[in-house]
Amino acid sequence: MLDLLSYDFMQRALVAAVLVGLVAPLVGIFLIQRRLSLIGDGMGHVALAGVAIGLLTNTSPVWAALVLAVAAAVVVELIRAGGRTSGDVALALIFYGGIALGVVIIAKAPGGTPANLTAYLFGAITTVRPDDLWVFAALALVVLLGTWLLRPRLFAVANDEEYARASGMPVLPLNIAVGVLTAVTVVVSMRIVGLLLISALMIVPNAAAQLFARSFASAMRWASLIGLVAAVGGVVVSYEADTPSGGTIVLLAIGLFLLVAVGVTLRGRVRSRVHASVSRHPHEHGVDCGHPAVAHGDHVDYLHDGHRHAPHEEHYDEHDQRAHQDEHEGGRHLDPAPLGRQGRKGRP
Amino acid sequence: MLVTPVPPASAPAPDGTDVPVLALRDASFGYGDRAVVSDAFLQVERGEVVAVLGANGSGKSTLVRGILGLIDQLSGEVELFGVPRRSFREHTRVGYVPQRHTLSTSVRATAREIVATGRLGHQGWLGRSSREDRVVIDRSLDLVGLADRALTDVSTLSGGQQRRVLIARALASEPEVLVMDEPTAGVDAANQHVLADVLARLAARGVTMIVVTHELEAFRHVVTRVVVVDLGRITWQGPIDEFTAHAGELLHEHHTHHHDDELGARGHRPGLPTSGPLDPPAHRNHREERRA
Repeated sequence: MLDLLSYDFMQRALVAAVLVGLVAPLVGIFLIQRRLSLIGDGMGHVALAGVAIGLLTNTSPVWAALVLAVAAAVVVELIRAGGRTSGDVALALIFYGGIALGVVIIAKAPGGTPANLTAYLFGAITTVRPDDLWVFAALALVVLLGTWLLRPRLFAVANDEEYARASGMPVLPLNIAVGVLTAVTVVVSMRIVGLLLISALMIVPNAAAQLFARSFASAMRWASLIGLVAAVGGVVVSYEADTPSGGTIVLLAIGLFLLVAVGVTLRGRVRSRVHASVSRHPHEHGVDCGHPAVAHGDHVDYLHDGHRHAPHEEHYDEHDQRAHQDEHEGGRHLDPAPLGRQGRKGRP
Repeated sequence: MLVTPVPPASAPAPDGTDVPVLALRDASFGYGDRAVVSDAFLQVERGEVVAVLGANGSGKSTLVRGILGLIDQLSGEVELFGVPRRSFREHTRVGYVPQRHTLSTSVRATAREIVATGRLGHQGWLGRSSREDRVVIDRSLDLVGLADRALTDVSTLSGGQQRRVLIARALASEPEVLVMDEPTAGVDAANQHVLADVLARLAARGVTMIVVTHELEAFRHVVTRVVVVDLGRITWQGPIDEFTAHAGELLHEHHTHHHDDELGARGHRPGLPTSGPLDPPAHRNHREERRA
């Protein structure tokens, strides 16, 4: 297992995986929030044209891809800001134009082989070159700093564009910033994830984190962690099993998503047994509603006609003593009511 | 802008405290060259709670969105705190409460995280929430009665609760005027009461409010003045008492078109000040009468 670290190419692939896994979900969450989950895919298409130009002119495909992807990001945002219905079609023209141009040029380029094309499209661990690594590290830093610096405002704009505009925030520049950060992420990921699969690493870890996170901030951190595990794990599995790294990473991410989904469902089942909500409650409890508020663990219960009402989502839960002892002590408490309830449940 | 300013409707006080919160003079708003609202004259003073009434599609939302700069101003003058709309930069002084559907719920976000975005106007690009910011955010949540749900994902809240989150977000910028677009649309009766209580609490603190709504009932006791919008024009404006006195006629005229259509008497009811919508000069007269 540890022998994989003795290969230079594996060391580079793992470093690249750490970078990609950490930053891709950080950008992805803003794309999901803006309902643009597939835009990263389009940028990958355009980046292929850049790779092809790099191969043709015998310059670094990474830099050419970066220039083209960033240019596409800016154009895409300007088209979207125009708000015309034909904008959607314009995006399709750009994205498919990009990938078509890439495929044609690579076929004609001196260094272009079908194997080469496959590596760019689906990722390969052996392709990370030493000089790439520095570029990737710098670009990953750009994404990390960019998302950290702009996060409050990117969140505000993606959450409610109308409010952001009325509050005088620079909405279009911020939207362009998300596009550019997406383009940069695409380029960082192109070696090991591949241009056709990058979008998945931006979106899938977020999809998993959304299943259990309770806030935007925590969802972002969890997604980054899940992305890291999927990317590093994927590279390792790819080495051991001799599979294409991009596909392996994405399958691993989807596997993590399914695992989380099952776990959350099971937890929900267990919780619903002890979760009793007040069926009809037209009154809203509050500071001066007249019902005494008492601290109860991490929240507040309102004493309402002998019941303890705890705010949960949009409704109130019943938090009476018995239900709680039932929950905390697993129903071993010798109280007729919880025993009766359990008895009924246990019967076939 | 014009070099010689058009004289404002009221003489400005020397110390500037009497500068109206909002002044529209012959303003029109719309898209491209198509005006949706035109010939609007309106002045809102500090401490007023103005209800902008009108049926769906009357142009009342366009009027308010135009004031906020979300829709192009095509002509006339719009001034916020005495500053022309186009050069107005002190955005934190205006708290906008949009309709709920502008909020994205595709990712988790707690009520507190959303209210915190209202604070951004007070923070630098490198800055993060200061102690003061956090105090203001907590106070805003408390004021709308959501302190106990600060850490709840907004997408799990009810329509009325989400609307209160948006009010808290606007309050977090510590605005001098709140502009609300249909705060009660799609909100059940219990939550309408809570909303009305929130508005009453704000009014008691002297917060100036402009509330766009298609029904006045929930806020009747809070509102000080009513502005009626119909077919893209302000057709009536006056104190709430006067509106209540004429409510039957005005409401029939402007709000229950179905009923009017059934009666076949639309737009020609006896007892109105004039038959059909009042024209703009009449409002100015009305307003000057009130001032005198």
